[in-house]
Amino acid sequence: MSKAVLCDANKCIGCRACQIACKQWNELPGDETTNRGTYENPPQLSAHTFTKIRFNELENDGKFYWVFTKLQCMHCEHPACVEACIVGALQKTEYGPVIYDDKKCIGCRYCMVACPFGIPCFEWDTPIPWIRKCIFCADRLSEGWEPACVKTCPTDALKLGEREELIVVARERIAAAPGKYVNHIYGEKEVGGTSWLYLSPVPFDKLGFPTLGSEPVTVNAARAMGAVPPVLLGVAAAMAGIYWLTKRRQKLSQAKDSDKEEKGVTK
Amino acid sequence: MIAQKRAFPLGISILTLLVILGLIPVIIRYLYGIGAVSNLSDGRPWGFWISFDLYCGVALAAGGFTLAGWVYLFNQEKYHAVARPAILTAFLGYTLVVLALLIDLGQPWYIWHAIIYWNIHSPLFEVAICVMTYTVVLALEFSPAVFEGLSKSNLPVIRRFNWHVPLRVIRTIQIPLVIAGVVLSTLHQSSLGSMLLMMPETLHPLWYTPILPLLFLTLAIAVGPAMVIFETTLSSKAFGHKLPMDILSGLGRAIPYILGIYLLLKLMDLTARGDIGLIFSAYPQNLLWWGEIVVGVIIPIFLFSMPGVRQSRGGVFWSAALVVIGLIFNRFNVSMLALAMRPGFTYFPHWMEVAISAALVADALLLIWLAYRLLPITRHEEVAEDAAIESTLS
Repeated sequence: MSKAVLCDANKCIGCRACQIACKQWNELPGDETTNRGTYENPPQLSAHTFTKIRFNELENDGKFYWVFTKLQCMHCEHPACVEACIVGALQKTEYGPVIYDDKKCIGCRYCMVACPFGIPCFEWDTPIPWIRKCIFCADRLSEGWEPACVKTCPTDALKLGEREELIVVARERIAAAPGKYVNHIYGEKEVGGTSWLYLSPVPFDKLGFPTLGSEPVTVNAARAMGAVPPVLLGVAAAMAGIYWLTKRRQKLSQAKDSDKEEKGVTK
Repeated sequence: MIAQKRAFPLGISILTLLVILGLIPVIIRYLYGIGAVSNLSDGRPWGFWISFDLYCGVALAAGGFTLAGWVYLFNQEKYHAVARPAILTAFLGYTLVVLALLIDLGQPWYIWHAIIYWNIHSPLFEVAICVMTYTVVLALEFSPAVFEGLSKSNLPVIRRFNWHVPLRVIRTIQIPLVIAGVVLSTLHQSSLGSMLLMMPETLHPLWYTPILPLLFLTLAIAVGPAMVIFETTLSSKAFGHKLPMDILSGLGRAIPYILGIYLLLKLMDLTARGDIGLIFSAYPQNLLWWGEIVVGVIIPIFLFSMPGVRQSRGGVFWSAALVVIGLIFNRFNVSMLALAMRPGFTYFPHWMEVAISAALVADALLLIWLAYRLLPITRHEEVAEDAAIESTLS
């Protein structure tokens, strides 16, 4: 069974305790930032910030909304980063987290380019850089603990559970208060499903969530990779065949020429 | 011998200067990290190095496998004279790719991890294996020139070695080598397209298609002969060798067919996906699309179809240059300009990124210069000087 977290934007109060808990558990330094006229801080995820709360001020159906959404690795069911990683440093575990092995990583950053949510970050300012991202507190999960952010959340906006069960919970919440939620569990279907699921009072595209199809982003790349062995053998056979043909034609025409010459001599 | 050619040593000193200038950012990069010499960020993790050094570099090395295949497998003896220069530039191109990776990778000292930790699902793994093996194949394909050069060395110690032994070994495995080169190139050129297949949500639909690997391969095959025309014309100007005109126009004759197939594939694919309207509506990306198609595909098809153009050295050269520019345009589009960034980020290459790439190219040009000086690269194709045609070029 695979673990998941349900994030309910209606329950989040934007206290950012999850950001602090994450920094504490992962021993991440603070980043110095400037006042941008918003409580949202820092402005981006980085190698020092695995999660942050986005503060969305928006209008929907003529009403003003202030919605807080948590941003971190979505722990996809079919992760592009895992498929992309040249050395298999990123792995999707059976129990949910997409984990990272810095003993394998070579720093190519393909995972960062491939991720449809734009999550993995890189240590740009050190001579020995690694990829950094949320790993779902895989170390805590394996001990049966909740992730640091879930543990610290004061309003139960984050709920840890089995993925299938959480989807049922999410459906119940939508059914119980249809006016309060849009009828969409973000992450249930997106890119083949993710381990982090979201509920929101407004459409997700208004919250900066990328609008994604239900097909895993890895499908076409996997198909292309599957074509490699037949292409390899096919091209090799075709080239060998062409060489054999051209050589044979050359030999035949040479034989014909010498044949003619011989005949010419005997006549 | 070098002193006799006065024009070129100026070029050599400029190239040397570029190499030295490029070394400074390289040192800074290894001391302080990639962020210190580049404008790369979490929003744009791959930038100028990947687009230019890897995506353009590999495609522009396509002359190696197209010419080697054409000469040795399709038995087109006529083009034998350009096969060796083509293989040399391909080899140097691939060496450059490897050197560029040593700059761009976060931890280049672990590059060998790609050999021991296999992720056979990763297109980048395919790319890595192809780069490694094909570089070796190219080195072996080119090695006869080195052995021949050494056997005629001025130093008796070197000359006395039995160079004909390795020469004979390479000659016996030459055809398997060429076949391996064609197979590896087919896989490698297309796998650079496969890499982008992972980004259906971020690569613009004008470029994202499941047949991206095929498009990458087709354009690379077209740019192979174009690049050979381009570089042999330049080298013949620099070193005073002249290629027979029928070789150049013969190479040029093939290009419109391949580009035609490419254009057809591209348009049919857009139509089949129902995205053909985007070439008019998707402003501003459609300008990039039209740019690469008009400059690199449509105009060269017309130019190379005209016998008058094919018969003139200048005409062939500039038409080939358009194909090369179009390819660079295309590779920058797919790997950078049409690839969406994370929100809130911007990117423009830092001058030190460009300086490092320029230094790598200068390295390659210096090596080509040395090879032409020291090794038998162009021994077959000495042709009488033709001042009239020369002047059309300059």
